Amino acid sequence: MRLGSGTFAACCVVVEVLGVVLFLRGFFPAPVRSSSSSKHQAEPPAPEPSAGASSNWTKLPPPLFSKVVIVLIDALRDDFVFGSKGVKFMPYTTYLVEKGASHSFVAEAKPPTVTMPRIKALMTGSVPGFIDVVMNLNSPALLEDNVITQAKAAGKRIISYGDETWVKLFPKHFVEYDGTTSFFVSDYTEVDENVTRHLDKVLKRGDWDVLILHYLGLDHIGHVSGPSSPLIGRKLSEMDGVLMKIHTALLSEERETLLPSLLVLCGDHGMSETGGHGASSTEEVSTPLLLVSSAFERKPETWLCVLWSLSALSADVFFVHPVNPVWPARGSRFRSCWLGDIRYPKHVQQTDLAATLAIGLGLPIPKNSVGHLLFPAIEGKPMREQLRFLHLNTVQLTKLLQENVPSFEKEPGFEQFKISERLHGNWIRLYLEENNSEVLFNLGTKVRRQYLDALKTLSLSLSRQVAQYDVYSMVVGTVVVLEVLTLLLLSIPQALSSKAELEVPLLSPVFSLLFYLTFLVLSAVHVIVCTSTESSCYLCSLSWLTAGGVMVLVSALLCAVVSALTKVLVRGKLLSKNAAHSNSRWSELDLLILLGTLGHVLSLGASSFIEEEHQTWYFLVSTLCLALCHDIYRNYLPGDDCEPQRCLHVEGGFDGATPALQDKNTSSAVLELNRGCKSPSSLGTLRGYEKWMVLASPWVILTCCRLLRSLNQTGVQWAHRPDLGHWLTSSDHKAALSVLAALSLAVIFALIQRRCSPASKVAMALGLLGVYCYRAAIGNVLFPWQQDNKDISKGILEARFVYVFVLGILFTGTKDLLKSQVVAAGFTVKTVGLWELYSGFVLLAALLLRPHNLPVLVLSLLIQTLMAKFVWKPLRHDVAEVTVMHYWFGQAFFYFQGNSNNIATVDISAGFVGLDTYVEIPAIFLTAFATYTGPVLWASHLVSFLSSEASSSSALSHAGFCYALIGSFPVSAYIILVTSLRYHLFIWSVFSPKLLYEGMHLLITAAVCVFFTAMDQTNTKS
Amino acid sequence: MKDTDIKRLLYTHLLCICSIILSIFIPSFFLENFSILETHLTWLCICSVSVTAVNLVLYLVVKPNASSKRSSLSFKVTRFVKCCVYFLMSCFTFHVIFVLYGAPLIELVLETFLFAVTLSTFTTVPCLCLLGPNIKAWLRVFSRNGVTSVWENSLQITTISSFVGAWLGAFPIPLDWERPWQVWPISCTLGATFGYVAGLFISPLWIYWNRKQLTYKNN
Repeated sequence: MRLGSGTFAACCVVVEVLGVVLFLRGFFPAPVRSSSSSKHQAEPPAPEPSAGASSNWTKLPPPLFSKVVIVLIDALRDDFVFGSKGVKFMPYTTYLVEKGASHSFVAEAKPPTVTMPRIKALMTGSVPGFIDVVMNLNSPALLEDNVITQAKAAGKRIISYGDETWVKLFPKHFVEYDGTTSFFVSDYTEVDENVTRHLDKVLKRGDWDVLILHYLGLDHIGHVSGPSSPLIGRKLSEMDGVLMKIHTALLSEERETLLPSLLVLCGDHGMSETGGHGASSTEEVSTPLLLVSSAFERKPETWLCVLWSLSALSADVFFVHPVNPVWPARGSRFRSCWLGDIRYPKHVQQTDLAATLAIGLGLPIPKNSVGHLLFPAIEGKPMREQLRFLHLNTVQLTKLLQENVPSFEKEPGFEQFKISERLHGNWIRLYLEENNSEVLFNLGTKVRRQYLDALKTLSLSLSRQVAQYDVYSMVVGTVVVLEVLTLLLLSIPQALSSKAELEVPLLSPVFSLLFYLTFLVLSAVHVIVCTSTESSCYLCSLSWLTAGGVMVLVSALLCAVVSALTKVLVRGKLLSKNAAHSNSRWSELDLLILLGTLGHVLSLGASSFIEEEHQTWYFLVSTLCLALCHDIYRNYLPGDDCEPQRCLHVEGGFDGATPALQDKNTSSAVLELNRGCKSPSSLGTLRGYEKWMVLASPWVILTCCRLLRSLNQTGVQWAHRPDLGHWLTSSDHKAALSVLAALSLAVIFALIQRRCSPASKVAMALGLLGVYCYRAAIGNVLFPWQQDNKDISKGILEARFVYVFVLGILFTGTKDLLKSQVVAAGFTVKTVGLWELYSGFVLLAALLLRPHNLPVLVLSLLIQTLMAKFVWKPLRHDVAEVTVMHYWFGQAFFYFQGNSNNIATVDISAGFVGLDTYVEIPAIFLTAFATYTGPVLWASHLVSFLSSEASSSSALSHAGFCYALIGSFPVSAYIILVTSLRYHLFIWSVFSPKLLYEGMHLLITAAVCVFFTAMDQTNTKS
Repeated sequence: MKDTDIKRLLYTHLLCICSIILSIFIPSFFLENFSILETHLTWLCICSVSVTAVNLVLYLVVKPNASSKRSSLSFKVTRFVKCCVYFLMSCFTFHVIFVLYGAPLIELVLETFLFAVTLSTFTTVPCLCLLGPNIKAWLRVFSRNGVTSVWENSLQITTISSFVGAWLGAFPIPLDWERPWQVWPISCTLGATFGYVAGLFISPLWIYWNRKQLTYKNN
């Protein structure tokens, strides 16, 4: 069967997407689970250990607290409470921290620092897998054992107000709830008022046991204006007021009941310096955790604090720094306690809260919890109860360890547990027999210390081995991806030949012996793996039919690769017999493209290069511009007017460095398609003005790139540097932003309208006007007649107004394309149609991008225009080069937009433009489009450029093939890299987000390739 | 003819390498606390001055392209002034290119400019010595198949290797090793220097190796 190379490439990429999905499913492991997690009915709690004597404590201990209020403030960073901001804006909380009956901790959240996994961690005590980020947008109900479910089972009445993630995670658990949606990032007052308005009533009523309040406003402020915004202070004061209200109500109610109540203040994750979250920087993972209850002891007075800090200061501080003994590094602790401005709470894990809450409410500890009890919370209890609680927690952790680690007996934590359990038994016997309080107390303290050590070790070793990778699925996915890549590489010579068609053997493999043999072997392997493995495996959990389908796919691909390989070998022999050593050499540009691609792929092995990948692309694009500049000057400047072979010169110095690529020489012959017709004197025919433009354009492009680079600082190392984007979005420079936005929209119109049909010109103008109105409505920019922003709305009407025009333009474009196919009206109609599709995308991007990113769009259009008119056309680059350059610029623009390889930089607010409520599919589509605007715009420009300029009819299908190849190369290499680096320290914080980005990028590439194929189909038909 | 040329080339290149090595070690006798990394700017100045001086002296002594016609003094003076202007222009051009590549615009201006000067010393000064202020000749040498002598061939190699060295020198900057030489522009200047030295080493050897295939058309 003969296929066009574009179609072939599109099929390949689609199959590759399947492979990557399989790999991702295996790579993102299921978290540590207790095997008996499915059944919720409580097993009998572990009885108190006793050596000989029988203990009467076999039931669960009674609750410590009558009522628990959990105040969860989204994105509450530790320094908002314990730092100078806390002192300034949260006086009551500071009073509680410093002098009240409270225990304060800094709870460390594990990445991904996104709300839903964090809530799960807080309530189950387990570490949710990374895949929860992907599921974050449609949170399914939580089936794992957790505190809320246990509390419900124990007949507690639970009320939840705030983020509706809670309602989704725990459906039918709450007797009363009011969910607020977290997706209108620009709204930060109403979200919280919707929570607080219930407070008075509920606190007065008192017919509940657990009250959960989840405030979202702080997170929204962070997303919109960052952690140093003045709005933060106001929000913190508001939260302080809420806390005071709750605390006083609880205190007044406590007098009537016997048991004290507990107030928990916590954050789900922190906030980075730019206001986002999701990664693992210190600011993002440090959250405050404050437990307030009258059961706790009050804090010592300030002078005690001084004594304490003096004792904490080791003597060496005074001796090492005789000149300045008070303010050395550790002296800050002294100073802070003295002045009372910064506290140094103990660092704990976020997962520790679940066990503590369970104990506090008299519930069994969630089975999958890896956290350990926060000991200060039970410190005031009698020794026997303390030991009982510690024992329960240790038993639970040991059980989890037994189920997850095969060689659990060798774990140090397990041994410690055995020792402490024995000691505990002895203590109980002693306790029941006699009453010598001092001996008992001393022994009890020892047992307690032993238990705490065991807990720490167990918790550490459990959270370290979060889960096993599903290696089998990973391997199968990798094999599929690699086979596809090999197939693509092997078919380069055929696919890029002037016919742009290749023979794809579809039927022959089905009847070949190799196919059946491979299929048999793979099935056997599948059966063996699935029957022998103990850990969960995604492929094995699939139905037999689906798994068989995967096997068929793998073996068919293998056959295709083998047949392509033999073909290439045969052809290579023929060529070498004919001694047709191509005399066309790699130009500098081709060399740069090849080495740049290789270098980029290799750089993905280093975590710093992934964090700073934007630097790689900026560097490559700048070098590309200089290489183009060199090309232009050499071709243009007179002096050596075309002496083709002036002197005989051996092959350039680079050829020695790339001996491995010699076998590609055959393909280089076809890569340089139109090279033959390129003559150096082609520029001589240009007019004077154009000549100068050609000479200047690389420099203009370089300057544009430099400007864009300073617009958004991304990455990690230099992300804190001041950039134009922050300057523009700060509220003081609203006028400047307005002028810039208006100017940008005008320039966009000027650049885009020249090739549109009149109708879409009008639509474009109105649409861009609508974009400005939308920006004004949501308060980003100002109208000249409106001096202060009074009414900020969600801008739904304006955004929908723009959507109408976007759809209209896209519709006109599609109509033109179809017309060109049916009527055969020809070339111009099709070109106009493609350009209209392109301009529709531009309009949508203008609506969705952040307001200060409009210049990115403008400069992207400008660079595209300059490149098309003054570089690609006059220099007659071939299709492969033009495609790769588009790809590189697309990648660079992805980062110019302010994206990075970090989940936190995804602008989720783009998914809610013009939507009243959260609707899943449009939201995902819009967010994906806004994130990948750069690559998508450049790809669609490539289509419209090639179909309007290219001479040969096969240009589009060549471009599709090149795009598929260059897009799938990094993914395949990265999959292998990430597999070999899966025990790297930064695997969760750096490599996994990048893997998700790569997977998404491959999906976009697949969409682009399908688009190419569709365009190509219309081309061939017309 | 050619073999003697190659021999002379080798000696001049060894002298250039010596000048760079001496610029590392000699100043520490006169200056306190001199080291490449800590007093990087001083080293850059010394290195570029010494390389320029050696290049000039070698040019005057060896005279690779001794033109037969004698020229007047005024012609020589204008030629020298032109060379100086070209050198300055190349420094500024390099500075602009570095900024376009992402060097900070306002901070570290002196560092960036000295890097530009150093790179000009490695690339523009030999070009000026050998070819004079003649853009067309430069373009001829740096386009494919344009060299006409052993000297020009080695010039091509050293210049390209200096550029490539400086280009590769930027790679370690984003890595999080936190070494003192990762700071802008130290890694780039070191890369350029290594590239230049490597070019000086390689070019005579390479030309000697390929002397059979190389035929230069004498103008």
